[in-house]
Amino acid sequence: MLEIKGLKVKLEEEDKQILKGVDLSIAAGSVHAIMGPNGSGKSTLSYVLSGKDGYEVTGGSATLDGVDLLDMEPEDRAAAGLFLAFQYPVEIPGVGNMTFLRTAVNAQRKARGQDEMSAGEFLKVVREKAKALQIDADMLKRPVNVGFSGGEKKRNEILQMAMLEPKMCVLDETDSGLDVDAMKLVSEGVNALRDAGRSFLVITHYQRLLDHIKPDFVHIMADGRIVKTGGPELALEVENNGYSDILTEVA
Amino acid sequence: MVMQDRKLALTEDRLAKIPRPADGADWVTQARAAAMDRVIAMGLPNKRDEYWKFTDPATLVQADAPEANTLKPSEPPIFDEIDRLKVVFVDGVFDADSSDDLALAGLEIARLVDAMATDDHWAKDLYGVLEKNGQTPVHRPLAALNTAFATDGLAIRVTGKAAKPISLIYHYNSTHSDAILHHCIKIEEGAELTVLETGPAAARFNKVMEVDISEGGTFHHVRAQGRDHERRAVTAIFARMQANSALKSFTLTVNGVLTRNECVIDIQGDDVSAHVAGAAVGDGADFHHDDTVFVTHDALNGESRQVFKKVLRNGATGVFQGKILVKAGAQKTDGYQISQALLLDDDSEFLAKPELEIYADDVACSHGSTTGAIDEDALFYLRSRGVPAQTANDLLVLAFLAEALDEIADETLAAALLDRLEGWLARRSS
Repeated sequence: MLEIKGLKVKLEEEDKQILKGVDLSIAAGSVHAIMGPNGSGKSTLSYVLSGKDGYEVTGGSATLDGVDLLDMEPEDRAAAGLFLAFQYPVEIPGVGNMTFLRTAVNAQRKARGQDEMSAGEFLKVVREKAKALQIDADMLKRPVNVGFSGGEKKRNEILQMAMLEPKMCVLDETDSGLDVDAMKLVSEGVNALRDAGRSFLVITHYQRLLDHIKPDFVHIMADGRIVKTGGPELALEVENNGYSDILTEVA
Repeated sequence: MVMQDRKLALTEDRLAKIPRPADGADWVTQARAAAMDRVIAMGLPNKRDEYWKFTDPATLVQADAPEANTLKPSEPPIFDEIDRLKVVFVDGVFDADSSDDLALAGLEIARLVDAMATDDHWAKDLYGVLEKNGQTPVHRPLAALNTAFATDGLAIRVTGKAAKPISLIYHYNSTHSDAILHHCIKIEEGAELTVLETGPAAARFNKVMEVDISEGGTFHHVRAQGRDHERRAVTAIFARMQANSALKSFTLTVNGVLTRNECVIDIQGDDVSAHVAGAAVGDGADFHHDDTVFVTHDALNGESRQVFKKVLRNGATGVFQGKILVKAGAQKTDGYQISQALLLDDDSEFLAKPELEIYADDVACSHGSTTGAIDEDALFYLRSRGVPAQTANDLLVLAFLAEALDEIADETLAAALLDRLEGWLARRSS
């Protein structure tokens, strides 16, 4: 599904190389986790994949189902099936959450040549999905993320994911700022979306999240590269011993 | 002194060009003469005047109206679907054929020219009176000029709840039309009226609206100024408010090369609520839009809000001059003022002069003014969800204007204005 080969990325405005050749292959239906120390380039990878400004790709490629992602506008990547759950979801005063969701859903449907969802149908679907994430009518009415707690923002990200039904979901530290109950709720939301045609890339610092969202593969990222790949046991190793052993071992 | 002479000479040039109005009742003659004295004493404005520093009044003051081509409307008339009493003015003259009969339950309504022919008309206690009061402490000579020469407009006296809104519809046909309209509105105790104003009125338009709101009265005003690109307008609302009265005024401005909207609100009774708001969207270096607002609190427990938002691009200019004056004794005043501009490029500019002057010690007054660009993080967030860049941009522009549009109490009217804004964005986006 997602093929990243030798991806090198620097900051646009300064001469600082962040990703130094990332290789990652994610098959349809699988869940991959990326762990790594601060500053290793995990979030940069998620931003570059989704098309945020400020980064310059200096080498390598990233394709989604064989289509070059890096050449596309952010909205086209989304329409192609890529979704990034933000580490820090953005507050947008003046835009109602519901309006935002419907605009996004219909824009993607239009881009894919599908009919727009009727207001009635949309309302029905959104209510159902919101209920599972314990998002009440008031949160749907309020401006996007404005005045939401940390947990509400993350649940709202998962609601968007559920509504947009992407095939490749990138979750950037979705566990940050969540208490135990909220993490469970968010994880259940993610797990409900797992199926054979949908893949996940879960970026996290902590093994805890991976107790809930069980990965097929765990990668350790350090200094702009993936330095080690293993099964779920690798996350436990990080949790118990930190990164230093692994980094010494691969150095 | 030389300056003063020059100002007087220009003033005289301008005055010489305006047709002398036909004689009316004695009270009219007196009001006009007094207004003329005010004009001469103040002189017409120029760029050196404190309140005209940001807006050059030269084309408003020059003897002849500059040419302004009319725009062929691409949209159906706004408020078409709303049940209202239509009153049409073409090139600044009442058009009886296009207007509804001047009759409506809950009020009496007459052409100003007819009121002016009546010796003992109620309007004699209002015409030019609020305009004159509004000349202190800031001079508004173009409003005095209006009083000195106006013949047309409406005199509306509301005694109950008006059965439907009065809709003033302005058109112009002559590319050099130079129109003066003056409306007097008296809202009696507990009465309620909504006035809608739409259209460009003239190549150059000078309008004064005097609104006297008695105890418990309510006045709603929603205006969509015409989107003809070349028109010029200077307008002034003078409102006097008694206890427990309420005023809500909202103005949408789309295009026009020069617009100066003044609003002078004098809160004289306790427990008053006065909201004045505006949204202006402008495109191009020849767009200049100015909101100049002066709210005076001279009573207890008054609440006032000024909410003005402007979206500017391609070198457009926006101006806001807003003041809240709280007089000694006007305790528990709650005054709020916000003026914000969204600049869609580096060429546009926003000039703001927010002022608070407070002589009471138990008040809550706040004001803010910001100038900014589209929030890039918000834009990326929307795009990452599949919203195309242009749509995302438009959503953020409308989000920016939302706080001003929220000031319109009536949802149908608000929806009609939102529709116009979406039209503007769609035209600009293509």
